[in-house]
Amino acid sequence: MAIAIAIALLVLVSIAFQLFAPWWQTPRASNWGSIDDALMITMWICGIVFIALNLFMAWVIIRYRHKPGNTAHYEPENARLEKQLTVWTGTGIVAMLAPGLLAWHEFVTVPKEATVVEAIGQQWQWSYRFPGPDGVLGTASTSNVTPDNPFGLNPRDPYARDDILVESGDLHLPVNRPVKLILRSKDVLHDFYVPQFRAKMDLVPGIVTYFWMKPTNTGTFEVLCAELCGMGHYMMRSNVVVADQKSFDSWLAGQSNYSQLLARADAANTRLALAQPVSIGDK
Amino acid sequence: MATVTIADDLIPLHHPHTFIGKYVWSQDHKVIAIQYSLTAIAIGLVALVLSVLMRLQLGFPDTFHFITPNNYLQFVTMHGMIMVVYLLTALLLGGFGNYLIPLMVGARDMVFPFVNMLSYWVYLLAVIVLVTGFFVPGGPAGAGWTLYPPQAILEGTPGHHWGIITMLTSLVLFIIGFTMGGLNYVVTVLQARTRGMTLMRMPCSVWGIFVASIMALLAFPALFVASIMMLLDRIAGTSFFMPSIVSMGQQLGYHGGSPILFQHLFWFFGHPEVYIVALPAFGIVSDLISVHARKNIFGYRMMVWAIVIIGALSFFVWAHHMYVSGMNPYFGFFFATSTLIIAVPTAIKVYNWLLTLYRGDIHLRVPMLFAIGFLFTFIHGGLTGLFLGNVSVDVPLSDTMFVVGHFHMVMGVSPILVIFGAIYHWYPKITGRMWNETLGKIHFWVTFLGVYAIYLPMHYLGFLGVPRRYYALGDTAFIPQSAHSANEAITIAALIVFVGQGVFFCNMIWSLFKGPKADPNPWGAASLEWQTPDTPPAHGNWGPKLPTVYRWAYDYSVPGAARDFIPQNEPPDRTARHHPT
Repeated sequence: MAIAIAIALLVLVSIAFQLFAPWWQTPRASNWGSIDDALMITMWICGIVFIALNLFMAWVIIRYRHKPGNTAHYEPENARLEKQLTVWTGTGIVAMLAPGLLAWHEFVTVPKEATVVEAIGQQWQWSYRFPGPDGVLGTASTSNVTPDNPFGLNPRDPYARDDILVESGDLHLPVNRPVKLILRSKDVLHDFYVPQFRAKMDLVPGIVTYFWMKPTNTGTFEVLCAELCGMGHYMMRSNVVVADQKSFDSWLAGQSNYSQLLARADAANTRLALAQPVSIGDK
Repeated sequence: MATVTIADDLIPLHHPHTFIGKYVWSQDHKVIAIQYSLTAIAIGLVALVLSVLMRLQLGFPDTFHFITPNNYLQFVTMHGMIMVVYLLTALLLGGFGNYLIPLMVGARDMVFPFVNMLSYWVYLLAVIVLVTGFFVPGGPAGAGWTLYPPQAILEGTPGHHWGIITMLTSLVLFIIGFTMGGLNYVVTVLQARTRGMTLMRMPCSVWGIFVASIMALLAFPALFVASIMMLLDRIAGTSFFMPSIVSMGQQLGYHGGSPILFQHLFWFFGHPEVYIVALPAFGIVSDLISVHARKNIFGYRMMVWAIVIIGALSFFVWAHHMYVSGMNPYFGFFFATSTLIIAVPTAIKVYNWLLTLYRGDIHLRVPMLFAIGFLFTFIHGGLTGLFLGNVSVDVPLSDTMFVVGHFHMVMGVSPILVIFGAIYHWYPKITGRMWNETLGKIHFWVTFLGVYAIYLPMHYLGFLGVPRRYYALGDTAFIPQSAHSANEAITIAALIVFVGQGVFFCNMIWSLFKGPKADPNPWGAASLEWQTPDTPPAHGNWGPKLPTVYRWAYDYSVPGAARDFIPQNEPPDRTARHHPT
């Protein structure tokens, strides 16, 4: 008896949690309303089934609990009832799956006009790369990575020369412009995760992964790593600043590109090379 | 060599006479079952303590300075792996499988008693190797229970040096040991059933364990090869899972391997593993509900086919763990569809459990309370699985606390509730004594209400976006103070549930010595294990003559019968109707 009441109460507690708990999805700041819709449809169907099944169970326990003289009904099976339940379950499944798959179709279809931005992960920081005026990201490889070339760009690739590099800084994006995020890792698995954007994807060393989205709200959002990447996993943070096109452009103009980085490295190496014979000559 | 006859009564049994022969190097399936169970529960207690340490860190960060980020990840890893493999798999198949299969199908023992014994000792060795991880330099593996490379074997991850080697070695040993046991379970069910025990007269418990054993024999090899390959990557410098990597500013010598290959291998094992744990629990809970509601399991044939179909389908859904892993995103369409299809036979099982209760004569004894608790948590955990299976809905929820809440409800709490129910249910047969009812009820209420208090809020933290496997949340703009308070409350609930388990152990140990003598069939159950001539059953189980089976295991409340159950080995008479099986 107590168990039936407990189950009915737990159903009420669960409903109350859904309605009044302060924890629900963070306000969305991207185009992925279709994901939220699919989630809500799933929530409604599952919620109704949860309530119905458990309240039925609570009622059954109260109604058919043992009392002296009771006997159970003898009915090995009921093919008609089982068939009906199967059909209803199938219907509910289709009702959930269809919007889920439609949203997924949108998710895997990157719009042609999407601009490309690369996010690079390493233990435990984020860096970003924009393609520069030519609109093409130059080739890159982990085996090219040196202290002078932290992004592992191919120095012989002309497309790489104008790439704009943001090493362990914030990512800036223009609002309302679809963006394809190209993801690359130098060491282990990471996951580019901004709760407000809904979309996320793993970074996998050895291959390039991607997802797309369109930021719809301006503001600063935190970037987290969502795939366990070692002891600093929980501190692997960055920010993404979504701003209007004008302030985005002026921010981008202030960043240095690969050529400038190479030139700076060359100058530093030259100074080192020059410094050497002078110190010997002093002896 | 001891000779034990399995399926006939011609060759006399050879009974060991020394203590060591009876209880240590025993070939009796019942002793091996108890060895398996006690070892699994002992290592499970280690995992339970680890979970409490994790909860302390999550609920009260900056309070327990001995828990470092490294320790925390090691706790996460060891807790997960122990609970899934070394506790649940070992207890349900090695423990319950060993005890119940021969007794329920009317055999004298497993068909290969020596191999069965060996299975336990290799399992014990695997557990010992696993535990050595705590004592090697650098501590145990800390890569998460999924052990994803490259990080599992790279600097920056705790235990990458020795811990991962002991972990992988232990898994290899476990799989070798399990294969010996698993072959036994399958062959015994197929070959050693007594006269009249057709497959469609077997109790659901045997069906669940049988199908789970077949699945395990097919799924564990994927983990076996993955473990060996990663060991080679770690020790011999191969590059199965390792591409070119710059780790901590150093170019490593690896080249051309695929981290995602490991994920496919791992989940090809890992998803069936969920059902390897779930199917025995499904089977056992069917029997608990049927016996204590005095009613046949509703739709027995459908229940059996659902177990078989779930077992088969579960080999086609593994990549739903990998929707955002960077695999080809088009796989999502297939795996979302196959995953949601598997919900249909699973839902049928839930309906049939409820319909078994419907119009029953429900005795709310402790095993039944745990069975009802299971129904509640399994409905909850099964439904939240639909969120994660439904590919696009998974994208915001993956790697958040929602996942933690979901899989703990569905494959942590639910099977554990069944295991508790099963222990209370079969304890009188196993020990010959009865436990204390009041302590049993206290244990149930603390556990059942406590786990819901732990895991319900986790789902909502997940909706909010709180990531999992975080040592500390720190100041994160989107996480309000109330979420931190929720974490504190969850930790307090976890501590209460932890302490509550003490009631169970006190009850079991006290009853073993002081409990009242149990009736040989205290619940009035129809299945064969309750009809043994001795309680606890002696070596060889059935005395001089094997039982003959005349009916299915669910003749409860048959109209016209003298009692509200008819044992499977009772010959038919004219008064009672019979189920067509």
